[in-house]
Amino acid sequence: MEIFVFDGTLEGLLTAVFECYQKKSEAVKLVSQTHYVPDVFKEAFAVISEDAKAKRVWKGLAKKLDSNWMKSIYRAFLSEQPATFQDLFEFIRYIIDSPPGAEANFGNKYVLEISKMSHKVHREKHRMEAFIRFQKTADHIFYAHIEPDFNVLPLLIDHFKNRYADQKWIIYDLKRKYGLFYDLEKVEEITFDFTAEMSPALNALPVNVLDSQEELYALLWKDYFRSVNIPARKNMKLHIRHVPKRYWKYLSEKQG
Amino acid sequence: MFERIREKLEILADAAKYDVSCSSSGSNRKNENKGLGDAEGTGICHTYTEDGRCVSLLKILLTNHCIYDCAFCVSRRSNDIKRAAFTVDEVVELTMNFYRRNYIEGLFLSSGIFKNADYTMERLVRIVKKLRNEQRFNGYIHLKTIPGASEELLKEAGMYADRMSINLEMPTESGLKLLAPEKSHEDVKKPLNYIQQTITQFSSEKGLIKAVPKFVPAGQSTQMVIGATPESDKEIMHTANTFYKNFSLKRVYYSGYIPISQDARLPVIGSQPPLIRENRLYQTDWLMRFYGFDVKEILNDAHPNLDVDIDPKLSWALRHLEDFPVDVNTADYKMIMRVPGIGVASALKIVQARKFGRLHQDQLKKIGISFNKAKHFIRYADSPLQLRDYEAGHIKAVILSESSSKYTKVPKNQLSIF
Repeated sequence: MEIFVFDGTLEGLLTAVFECYQKKSEAVKLVSQTHYVPDVFKEAFAVISEDAKAKRVWKGLAKKLDSNWMKSIYRAFLSEQPATFQDLFEFIRYIIDSPPGAEANFGNKYVLEISKMSHKVHREKHRMEAFIRFQKTADHIFYAHIEPDFNVLPLLIDHFKNRYADQKWIIYDLKRKYGLFYDLEKVEEITFDFTAEMSPALNALPVNVLDSQEELYALLWKDYFRSVNIPARKNMKLHIRHVPKRYWKYLSEKQG
Repeated sequence: MFERIREKLEILADAAKYDVSCSSSGSNRKNENKGLGDAEGTGICHTYTEDGRCVSLLKILLTNHCIYDCAFCVSRRSNDIKRAAFTVDEVVELTMNFYRRNYIEGLFLSSGIFKNADYTMERLVRIVKKLRNEQRFNGYIHLKTIPGASEELLKEAGMYADRMSINLEMPTESGLKLLAPEKSHEDVKKPLNYIQQTITQFSSEKGLIKAVPKFVPAGQSTQMVIGATPESDKEIMHTANTFYKNFSLKRVYYSGYIPISQDARLPVIGSQPPLIRENRLYQTDWLMRFYGFDVKEILNDAHPNLDVDIDPKLSWALRHLEDFPVDVNTADYKMIMRVPGIGVASALKIVQARKFGRLHQDQLKKIGISFNKAKHFIRYADSPLQLRDYEAGHIKAVILSESSSKYTKVPKNQLSIF
């Protein structure tokens, strides 16, 4: 078993696949730098990300897989799970080594794992599309911060850009410390330091930085959420299955 | 000012909540004018109430004043409740501001009938027109068809709404006559038919003229109240089936009656809403729409009501053990979908995966079928040798004992001492 250490990027993962064919490696354990613990008895091969090598693997895959499967690979990668990095590595090798059509083999462990993980990441993306609650700031920017299970911000760009074309917005990932900013024309990646008054420890922004009507609409939304409930049908188990508790702190209707 | 708008929203959201339609999918309205919103593609449930129903649209009545006196309806004229009415601008402002904060996918606008049908419909149309034309709003709009409104108004409404719906209220004409003598199913069929024909007309022009405007792109739906009147499940689902066929409906919703009225014709206040029955009806609806079942296979004169303790697919399979076991490695896709415990997605994975080799038990489990249920009805590469045929009652007992159905009476979460 050889150990490959890569930099945690998709480019790095694809380069690792390239190197594995170059070196004619058989069994490879793929580890990202952040998860790698050096072992005195085993030497590790450090994969150096190379655009050209990564592209060759990606293009090779694109010849065999349709665009949905290519997106699935990307989504699975965004899960950032160590086990998924290994699954992706094995899946890509399986596709390259097999005749076209092998991705339909759901009896194969890696096909199934990638398909499942892609589905999980997609579900998290969909949850963010549902659970993000913007607050309008005094300078007319609609702001929301989130802590998604997976790194889904890149998957959210099109959805929010198409939807909120006429308002500026920011979606900030507190866990991964970067955000998206739409300035009415394009979406850019941003990072910023939180001031004390915008502490990420708070579920929402403080009143003094908000638009004068923000409190009213947050209140109306909370009222509305309460009014549409039918107490005779109460079913908290179902409620929690649909809105898991870890998301509650950013849902304005679940506060107070 | 704040307090009045809060009170109105409370009254008019509360009065609208018994309409269970929540869908915000199926439209094709893109944001092409750099305006607000995008109603293309799958719907989004932005939150769920504590009763587990999704909140996707701002669902409100324009007013709960009503000239009708339908016994099942909370807004009936003889009911002594607070009344309110939104202005056109109030609805527009609420919709825009809720949408901008990502609270909702759009607006679901219904209304009590004040003065007459056209007067009411005209107000509804004014709101959607303002949202689309002045506010450049491209979010989802579900608009109620007011029975008796003129065709001109319905046509105009359809140019701005994504979905329109009109409720059958009761599954049979006789049930409706009992509780709402002023209404009839004919009043519902007429506008359903008119809108359906106009949808067909617009889509047939699409091939000829380039820029045909949208007309109710997400189609029509309807709703029936269940358990207020004594219809059988067979009557309910046969009505649903007829309406799906005759009017190409996108959805039929089933709403378990929640007692809200001291009326001798209705279940008493405080009695439990028929939630399990409602669930079984939805399962039957799914079997008709996605699993290739004919309604007569599930509900007929010999079986006029659905089982409460098991789902309708399992119930059907137990009555047709001669069709089982099904070999997942050779059977037709349609037959695999009929196996209890196998859904549409798993069935598809099975027929794709078996091309690469015969499927075994561990693979089927990983694919995600509900194996404990399905195992009684399937054969696979390593199925155990079965020496005798089991009869339906035995299989049902085994499945019920192994399952942790939400309908079982004894809580399973009790601590075991040993």
